Amino acid sequence: MPVEVYFNVAISGLLAGLIYGLSALGLSVIFGVIRIVNFAHGEIMVIGMFFALVLFRSLGLDPLLSVPIVAVVLFGFGYLLQTVVIERVAHLADHYQFLLMAAIAIILISASLMVFGPDAQGAQLPYAFDSFQIGPLIIDKVRLYAGAAALVVAALLFAFFRYTSTGKAIRACGDNPAGALVVGLNVRHMYALTFGIGAACLGAAGAIILMVVDAHPYLGPEYTLLAFIIVIVGGLGSLPGAMLGGVLIGTSEALAGILLQPSLKSAFSFGLLILVLLLRPQGLLGKASQ
Amino acid sequence: MNRLFEGLPARAFLLLAILAAALLVAPWLVNDYLLSVLIIVLYFAYVGQAWNLMIGFAGQLSLGHALFVGIGAYTSAAIFVHFGIGPWATVFIAVLASVLAGSIIGYLGFRFSIRGVYFALLTIAFAEFTRIMVDHTEWLGSTQGLFLPVANRESIDLLNLRGSPMMFYYVILGMTVAALVLCRLLLNSKLGYYWQAIREDQDSAQAYGVNVFRYKMIAVAISSGLTGIAGVFYAFYYNNLFPETTFATSRSIEMILGTVVGGVGTLFGPIVGAFFLTPLGELLTALTDDIGLDGIKPFFWGICVAGIVLFRPSGLWPWIAGLLGLDKPAGGEGK
Repeated sequence: MPVEVYFNVAISGLLAGLIYGLSALGLSVIFGVIRIVNFAHGEIMVIGMFFALVLFRSLGLDPLLSVPIVAVVLFGFGYLLQTVVIERVAHLADHYQFLLMAAIAIILISASLMVFGPDAQGAQLPYAFDSFQIGPLIIDKVRLYAGAAALVVAALLFAFFRYTSTGKAIRACGDNPAGALVVGLNVRHMYALTFGIGAACLGAAGAIILMVVDAHPYLGPEYTLLAFIIVIVGGLGSLPGAMLGGVLIGTSEALAGILLQPSLKSAFSFGLLILVLLLRPQGLLGKASQ
Repeated sequence: MNRLFEGLPARAFLLLAILAAALLVAPWLVNDYLLSVLIIVLYFAYVGQAWNLMIGFAGQLSLGHALFVGIGAYTSAAIFVHFGIGPWATVFIAVLASVLAGSIIGYLGFRFSIRGVYFALLTIAFAEFTRIMVDHTEWLGSTQGLFLPVANRESIDLLNLRGSPMMFYYVILGMTVAALVLCRLLLNSKLGYYWQAIREDQDSAQAYGVNVFRYKMIAVAISSGLTGIAGVFYAFYYNNLFPETTFATSRSIEMILGTVVGGVGTLFGPIVGAFFLTPLGELLTALTDDIGLDGIKPFFWGICVAGIVLFRPSGLWPWIAGLLGLDKPAGGEGK
């Protein structure tokens, strides 16, 4: 095979990795602040995909343009989910939280199954088969747009946490909830905002990934596991780590798919996850645990 | 024997005796369908007990227990299919293989002091990794599945575990009772107290001189070994094995649901949870069959599970035990 093929595959993996990274950001933000592992992660993302699909079908809205709408709606969903349901198990042991999230995941999968049926459905974009040619490299137009959109959303999120007072307050709640309470922050509200922001990330990632992947109720668990791998590799709770992990996993899965066998590519990721857990459990960019 | 029944109130004896009698005669009173439901209930009670030993007693959360079912199932089934050696001989190999896998995960996890959520993710990673490896192993049937020769469902061949559902019922009943007895004895032993100390506060336990690594390893080894035996049963009862349905994370979740619903860390929690959740699932199937809408059953099922976690977070058993007045003298369960 000519060497360009590998470069093309690597680039398309990298662009997909940016979307994975954005989705993993949603997981990382929630864990980093609320300390809840969102096992319904992939399912919430699939809800975002279906929502973007409905907008595409009813209004002809390009998934790229539906990103803000989907993100806002899922923000509301996340906010409510945290205040009405998840908050009540915050004081319980890990496995109760896990089970509640798993139950929510089951509810979301079966709800989307009831509404949309079991078949894979995609948004047929008019420019789906266009591509850019740069020298010997060929880059799919949809993938490039999708990767760029993921990068923009991620940059907005970084800016929010770095420069806005709400973002700083949320980080304070994540670092020290008791201290945040003492200085007068409404931790409950901040946690709900955080879950909302995490869900909004997933909504954005879902709308974006609809450009390259068909929506399907059973995609959820797969995306959940993928996001776990990414955040562990990058560092659970570290935002740059999630993006780095996403790109790393996206690229290496794409390359493993053509160098080995497509069906072996997730074994490669799980292998990487095991290695990172053993050698650097805090992840590549994570802070060492206290 | 004394240690087994020590501290149980009189009415507990009575209830245990009634329960035992009911379970012993049940297969003669019910039809084929109910018998198959009872077998599944007991199967989940058994694997729940094995999982509970790790999380409920020693505080180590595994979300990849399907791995040990899969290893036990594939080991015994592959040997039976390729060499014709029956399950009673290979169950030891299956247990050995499961314990080995459990010990590797435990060793790696505990040596590198991976705790809580991270340890749980490590168990998922190993289970998924193994699933993909089995997917690519021709000798184990790869994605095509591994099939045991179909048994004559009328006869009873206990030696090869081929035969009627009633035989499987008594086998799994025996396994469930044995696991209950074992867990009761372990929980009230020195080992059990070490485990509970680690569960409550690992750092304090270590400070008091408990060899945390060693006792966590023992917990993983026993739990994975017990689960491996369940795998052997699974293989011979269902006669077909697919990597996707054996090792998948959703199977691990299914295994632990009953225990969490019944009450983690209690002896009867896994049993109560299995007797509650499996029939609930069947009932929902019966109720929703007519509607014919994909996904309606898991939808209600998810709502039930979420409701229990939200409104009975310590599980059903402590609550039921309270209603029956069984929680007064500390009998090992209930804390």
